[in-house]
Amino acid sequence: MVATALGEAARAAVGSACEVREATGDDAVDGTPAGLVARPADTSEVAEVMRASAAHGLSVVSRGAGTKLAWCPPPESADLVLDLTAMDRVLDHQAGDLIVEAEAGTPLAAVRSVVGEQGQRLVVDETTPGATVGGSLAAHASGPERMLAGTARDLLIGMTVVRADGVVARSGGRVVKNVAGYDLGKLLVGSFGTLGVITRATFRLHPAAETERWVSVPVADADAVHRLTHAVVHAQVVPAAVEVDLGGPARDAASGSFTVQLGGRATGVTRRADAVAHLLGGGAEVAQNAPDGWGRYPWAPDEVGLKLTCVLSGLRDVVAAAAGAGARVRGSAGSGVLYAALPVTAAGGVVAAVDRLRATCVARGGSAVVLQAPPDVERSCDPWGPVPALDLMRRVKERFDPDRRMAPGRFVGGI
Amino acid sequence: MTRGLDAVADLARRLLPADAVITDRARLRTYECDGLAHYRVTPGLVVVPPDAGSLAAVVAACNEHRVPFVARGSGTGLSGGALPHADGVLVVTSLLRSIREVRPEDQRAVVEPGVINLDVTRAATPGGYYYAPDPSSQQICSIGGNLAENSGGAHCLKYGFTANHVLSAELVTPQGDIVRLGTDAPDAPGYDLLGAVIGSEGTLGVVTEATLRLVRLPEAVRTVLVGFGSTDQAGHATSAIIAAGIVPAAIEMMDALAIEAAEAAVQCGYPDGAGAVLVIELDGPQAEVEAEYAQVERICREHGSTEQRLATDPADRALIWKGRKSAFAAVGRISPDYIVQDGVIPRTALPEVLRAIDEVSRSSGVRVANVFHAGDGNLHPLVLFDDAVHGAGEAAEEVSGAILDLCIEHGGSITGEHGVGVDKAKYMPRMYGEDDLDTMQLLRCAFDPDGIANPGKVFPTPRLCGEVPGRRKGVHPAQAAGLAEVF
Repeated sequence: MVATALGEAARAAVGSACEVREATGDDAVDGTPAGLVARPADTSEVAEVMRASAAHGLSVVSRGAGTKLAWCPPPESADLVLDLTAMDRVLDHQAGDLIVEAEAGTPLAAVRSVVGEQGQRLVVDETTPGATVGGSLAAHASGPERMLAGTARDLLIGMTVVRADGVVARSGGRVVKNVAGYDLGKLLVGSFGTLGVITRATFRLHPAAETERWVSVPVADADAVHRLTHAVVHAQVVPAAVEVDLGGPARDAASGSFTVQLGGRATGVTRRADAVAHLLGGGAEVAQNAPDGWGRYPWAPDEVGLKLTCVLSGLRDVVAAAAGAGARVRGSAGSGVLYAALPVTAAGGVVAAVDRLRATCVARGGSAVVLQAPPDVERSCDPWGPVPALDLMRRVKERFDPDRRMAPGRFVGGI
Repeated sequence: MTRGLDAVADLARRLLPADAVITDRARLRTYECDGLAHYRVTPGLVVVPPDAGSLAAVVAACNEHRVPFVARGSGTGLSGGALPHADGVLVVTSLLRSIREVRPEDQRAVVEPGVINLDVTRAATPGGYYYAPDPSSQQICSIGGNLAENSGGAHCLKYGFTANHVLSAELVTPQGDIVRLGTDAPDAPGYDLLGAVIGSEGTLGVVTEATLRLVRLPEAVRTVLVGFGSTDQAGHATSAIIAAGIVPAAIEMMDALAIEAAEAAVQCGYPDGAGAVLVIELDGPQAEVEAEYAQVERICREHGSTEQRLATDPADRALIWKGRKSAFAAVGRISPDYIVQDGVIPRTALPEVLRAIDEVSRSSGVRVANVFHAGDGNLHPLVLFDDAVHGAGEAAEEVSGAILDLCIEHGGSITGEHGVGVDKAKYMPRMYGEDDLDTMQLLRCAFDPDGIANPGKVFPTPRLCGEVPGRRKGVHPAQAAGLAEVF
């Protein structure tokens, strides 16, 4: 199935830049059929492809492992899919400096494995199996360990980007501390491929924890989640993660769990695990491994996946609202970033439920974003909710991508 | 005064209290420099708005009349980021100094830009929290300036920089519009404009309110002062501590000349005759801090430490830090003039680069005192000179530039926390290519197409933004060009 009829000249131009093939149905981007699939081998090939796409006005969607391509509204068109999986090298790991540089198509797991050999780790959770460096940055994915070191945004120290017009730009560098020039890396994180193509990224690393423990207790409702979260985050236990997993129609309401991850030196972790178990109260258990589903999104492919955020004092209300909507909630209660899986009933019912949830999140200082949804739901609901400074965002987009060719329509305000 | 500036002054006089609009030449001159005093420009006009609304109105007037404006907090910046514009307006945020909210339960504080950094921590401490970024000037520097510069400090080794501790901000754009960036909760939808604005040195607008992340006060803190025979030994000890998997809250190094200066200035009890000292601070849960301290103590000993002094109480700890934090000012006692550098190198290159700096110092005869954040490789070489001696300033500038070249050669940065400002703009092309700088300009032009927000800073050559591309409506351009069809 090739639904886009690209001119021969465009085809030839892209083909002379790098390995390219006709798209198949499997290459469709969230339902939008793709034209060509280019598989560049390095940044310079990406630049050449982008110059060709600029010359011929092709819309471009970047793809890593494709684990989050269903996120966001589908692009209006996808003349060219940039498959970055050939760019999968860990370019540089300087253990003494605690930094690593990798190409965008490198699986996070591969980076973690390389730095792990030296007793180090990249504290960016692999929230979807096989997720790549570039995809995790573009979608600003985050998991449990954001409590410890923030998200990829906070760990990123340098980035190479190919612009819509094919110009290669670097920002940041290879040192952790650097305030020279604008931090374009932060601008690209979470931009869902609408500003440019991330081709390389350099991160700050952390030493691997000598010992890790997971302390869990069953929870049944939002009240318990709220109370336990506050007990843990305001204590002196330095949690690496504070996670909740609660509710959903497929589960017994009482089978929810609340888990605190601890990492560090053996003696300290043991002591803190005891302290956390005491805070969590009766029924708390200490495990040497993460519970099932740890760090994974709670939704099935046919469900609506939401990201809900709030300040910590609003946790009770947001969790209760999600539970009230019949959603399963999983995520970082300790940082106020939760993921919710909403079963699809009638689209109208989902839209109303999203609106109610959003109102609660916004009133508690946060937001509710629909990350994925079936097409009919996606068409009928606003995925983003209120976006402050949208006009400035449009102006940024116009500067970086004046022809509006980079993943058109995928982002806030139809950017 | 230019006609545009006259118009802005008229509006400011109508809008602001009389004492908030300064046009008197003598008073204007008190604002002629920031912490980098060898650049001086008397501003055309100074306004000190009492609220965000009037600040925005002044900026809107600047926009209308194409008058440049520069925002200034406490004026402690070390790169000339707040150097005024002779035909422009200096917008001083010192009246915007209210701490609006401190909410330990949310780990947040909401403050105005003129609030002093340390006052945020003072306000949060009763609730068991503090504000982590701690520039050495934290007793006088303002949060607005911290945001503009993405300020760091000794403890950013473990806790990160300003950009990691701001959730949301109210920004007055260069058009004078008040917009909100980010939300109180993390991960606001849309582009991370807040992340781009922090560290943009006032070139994208003026922040009039910020929501800050508060961090739990640690259960235990240990601060130890360690003497070494040489900076080489101290540098290797630093690397060994990091290699052992320890992330100290801070590791600071001072060399013999810096020690001598600090000792003379504040009598901080640093070891006599040491070639280098490390100030190492560990914080966190009691058991871990104790275990890590034992390890640090051993590593330092193995690397030839001559003396180790563990702070026994808060007063003792404060004294150890006083020596470090007053180092810049202290150098003023041993040299009439000095340049503070702010280069960054990969930590592992520390011993090599320090030897090279020593070499440059010896061959040029210009003395260099070294004070720096060793844990993250952020060097603050203090290049000493006497401006009264003919040619001494130029020689010092040359040494200072050579040190930055060393940093760039080693894959580092020309500034770790002081910012580019007016001082290092000329070095930007050594660190970034033309395409890199052009891409940064895309962001600047999106915010400030007329280039009126702090012009002349950060970037070496001001570039015109050109036409703002019109928003495209209707058919996809590729389709219009017959290159693609609707599907």
